[in-house]
Amino acid sequence: MRLTLRQRQVLWAYAFLSVALVFFVIIRWYPALLSFNIAMRDWNTFKGSGPWVGLENYAAIWDDMWKPRSDVRAAFTNTLGYVLYGVPAQMVLALAVALLLDRIRVLSTLFRVAYFAPYVTSAVAVAFVWNWLYLPQTGLLAQVFDILRIPEQPFTKSPDQALASIVAVAVWQTLGYSVIIYLAGIKQIPATYYEAARIDGAAGARLFRHITLPLLNPVIVYLTVLSTISFLRLFALVQNMSPQGTGGPLKSTTTVVLEVYRKGFSSYDMGYAAALTVVLFFVILLITVVQLRFLTRRFEY
Amino acid sequence: MSTLASSGGTLAASGSGRLGRWGIQGATYALLSVGALMMVTPFLWMLITSFKPAPELVEFAWLPKSPTLANYERVLTTSNFTRWYFNSIVVALFSTTCVVLFDSLVGYTLCKFEFPGKNLIFLGMLATLMVPTEMLIIPWFDMSVRWSWNTGLAQYWGIAFPGVITAAGVFLMRQFFNGVPNDLLDAARMDGMSEIGIWAKIGVPLTLAAMAALAIFNFIGNWNAYLWPLIVASERAYYTLPVGLSFFRGESTTEWEKIMTAASLASVPLLCVFLVFQRYIIAGVALTGLKG
Repeated sequence: MRLTLRQRQVLWAYAFLSVALVFFVIIRWYPALLSFNIAMRDWNTFKGSGPWVGLENYAAIWDDMWKPRSDVRAAFTNTLGYVLYGVPAQMVLALAVALLLDRIRVLSTLFRVAYFAPYVTSAVAVAFVWNWLYLPQTGLLAQVFDILRIPEQPFTKSPDQALASIVAVAVWQTLGYSVIIYLAGIKQIPATYYEAARIDGAAGARLFRHITLPLLNPVIVYLTVLSTISFLRLFALVQNMSPQGTGGPLKSTTTVVLEVYRKGFSSYDMGYAAALTVVLFFVILLITVVQLRFLTRRFEY
Repeated sequence: MSTLASSGGTLAASGSGRLGRWGIQGATYALLSVGALMMVTPFLWMLITSFKPAPELVEFAWLPKSPTLANYERVLTTSNFTRWYFNSIVVALFSTTCVVLFDSLVGYTLCKFEFPGKNLIFLGMLATLMVPTEMLIIPWFDMSVRWSWNTGLAQYWGIAFPGVITAAGVFLMRQFFNGVPNDLLDAARMDGMSEIGIWAKIGVPLTLAAMAALAIFNFIGNWNAYLWPLIVASERAYYTLPVGLSFFRGESTTEWEKIMTAASLASVPLLCVFLVFQRYIIAGVALTGLKG
């Protein structure tokens, strides 16, 4: 039987897609649905099954949320803290660096490389380097503070400073990425807009407020969503910067993902851990949708 | 081109004449340098520490008084570092090769072919971008245990399998294949070239830049992947570098010269890759970021 050209095309298309279809069904879709199922069970890791418990795992998370000293309550409040400190710091600092970088030509590449380098470095290595910098007495920061006569700070050793110390490292590590995206956005703004505004007598801060900022809006929205999600998923830095990787001191740095890891792979309470990941999924989904809706305003040019 | 000069000029215009412009340029460089110093110093300090003998750590000195390679010798001989390097290279190369091939082929098919179910398949792939990895690790772990992907040699596959095809990469390649004219493909078809041949000999060469960006990002991403390899690799000999590094710290809590040596060993090769390809990596970030 001879196939028409169109039929042959269809066959080829499915042949080309076959591996990918199997992959997406087995490695992406099925596990995503399975995690909803596991979240409804008292899952036993070693048997790969468990009795159905309905919404009990979610109820347990809800209960734990209101217990003053529970891990999960700490995880959710800390994660909120990471986002609330980290995202604005990241957005503002990166924009400042991008605006400065946009104004120079000489050495511009060198600066870009310097700002971007931490982004390609393993978070584990970054965590250890900063543990060493933050170390009381012998750490570089302690020694520099000593020279400047600033009192020594405990950084990650104190429940009051640990979270902020980790936020600083996370911002340090991912700043370069945002800078590059901002820069690309800034370069896309037509020069004629600035020229026209200057003829109208606008200058400095007004140009920034009325041209740069509004035209950068899509970039800002994109980066805010991206950076929020990355702070919601914080794990490697916290695990490697807190004592014994448990999110201390006194649970002050633990995150939702760290609790997923600890509940699922240390206590083997997989059902509970899976329910936590489902909650995380909905939080990320909600934030993405809300941010896209509220931050994407349309501008008439 | 002129954007650069103009936005530079706009702010300078608020200063007074040439002197003001020089001052503002100077301040710009000063601020950027302070920032760059803060970005680079941790790396330098890591490297410096790795060349210091242990007793020198307590005193504050920028350069080691008696620089030594002993730390490197100790770390490389007493831990599994060479093995972890090997593992990371195997996993990153394997995933990257798969990603480049499959993302390109799938992106090409979704761009250039008409077939029933096309939109559904494309949306089905894109939808997986909404699911964070964290939600998949428990089911993946379950699958890996069931199919013994977490023991012996199978651990390589166990570590690598989540990343062999990426939805983001498929999306990126599909965008790039839009720029390949259909006439070119049809002409090759007329000449009797096979469909595989058309993709490999016409599609691929015309999208090499996108493939290169995809390859570099996936290599870096896989090299630095932490959460999933940490969970699935059950034997020390199959850890990747970040996982090995994390366990290494547990064993040498206070020996900072050793930890910094290990951190240097883990990060310097990738920093070198970055320095060599920095132009393409940075251009690639701007490109893929703005498309997203």
